[in-house]
Amino acid sequence: MSAWSNLTRGIIRENPTFVIVLGMCPTLATTTSAINGLGMGLATTFVLLGSNVVISMIARFIPDKVRIPSYIVVIATFVTIVDLLMQAYTQSLYETLGIFIPLIVVNCIVLGRAEAFARKNSVLDSAMDGLGMGIGFTMALTLLGSIREMLGNGSLFNYKFIPGDAILVFILSPGAFIALAYLIALFNKFVKK
Amino acid sequence: MSGVESSFKNMTISLLAITLVASAGLGLVYKSTKDPIAAAQVAKVNNAIKAVVPEFDNQPSNEAYTVKADGDDLFFYPASKNGQLVGVAVKTFSNNGFGGRIELMVGFLPDGTINKITVISHKETPGLGDKIDPGKSDFSVQFEGKNPETFKVMVKKDGGDVDAITASTISSRAFCDAVNRAYKAFKEGGRK
Repeated sequence: MSAWSNLTRGIIRENPTFVIVLGMCPTLATTTSAINGLGMGLATTFVLLGSNVVISMIARFIPDKVRIPSYIVVIATFVTIVDLLMQAYTQSLYETLGIFIPLIVVNCIVLGRAEAFARKNSVLDSAMDGLGMGIGFTMALTLLGSIREMLGNGSLFNYKFIPGDAILVFILSPGAFIALAYLIALFNKFVKK
Repeated sequence: MSGVESSFKNMTISLLAITLVASAGLGLVYKSTKDPIAAAQVAKVNNAIKAVVPEFDNQPSNEAYTVKADGDDLFFYPASKNGQLVGVAVKTFSNNGFGGRIELMVGFLPDGTINKITVISHKETPGLGDKIDPGKSDFSVQFEGKNPETFKVMVKKDGGDVDAITASTISSRAFCDAVNRAYKAFKEGGRK
């Protein structure tokens, strides 16, 4: 498999949100605005890339029986790094995303890619896979966040283009499910063949 | 795939090595982000102070003192210009928000009049209760220039003078609760 197809697989063919439907908790909870979705996506991308690279390097030296605890330690380390960095340099975003940053540890996409891909493939392939999955996840979350922000608040990336209130339900939890359902349906009709 | 046998010795060694490397790496990151994190938090408080009191030339965060209220601390930041007190920023809280704790910075003029109010942190519902944030709606503007002595800081439903946010009476009540707590502490010796 070429590096290119490893990269694009996560973006379209096996998009973590629209096709594999993994990591729904942060997807539904943090996408109240485009910027939140983008922030969450980028944080997850960093963790995916880091953990995929490290795990593909050390997988050979880890006995099979303790591989899951080992992977979790690696992933938790990267999540804590993101957590500290965001706290230091992007305070307001850090506070909006709140508990969902530490919860990247239990995001199924991250452990899923470690177990299903990184431990069996080379460092370069794993890096491409992690990056691709991360980009796919980021795009999905930003798209969902944009749609919910536009419909629910009449704004996009905090730029307000409809004065006053909009369809409030879209920034509340039910709106997350409705918007995600339509997006998955559209994605499957037009993109995934 | 693993080329190492899952013996007790191998498992112990590999887990030990991974956790050691991970903790060493985290230690490094923690050390290098410690100062920026502290600086970011101080900057946040300073910005909130600047937003709620008239122009000053001292360092309110260096002269801060605390007053106990309802089992927690209220932080007082006196702002002065040319040695003259121009206002006091009070970091106050309410635990009655719809989503839990709300923290506000309330700016008082020396006579107790509310200058401005800004929200430090809250977990209210986006689109409803988060309108307490001055960036989201003009809810907090109605407090400006009012003295709680004559302006009853309670929502109209409870017999006060505050227009509550539509569909967010609980958030509005919690906001008033926090403002009242700050005013009470300010009156009872918050003025040094």
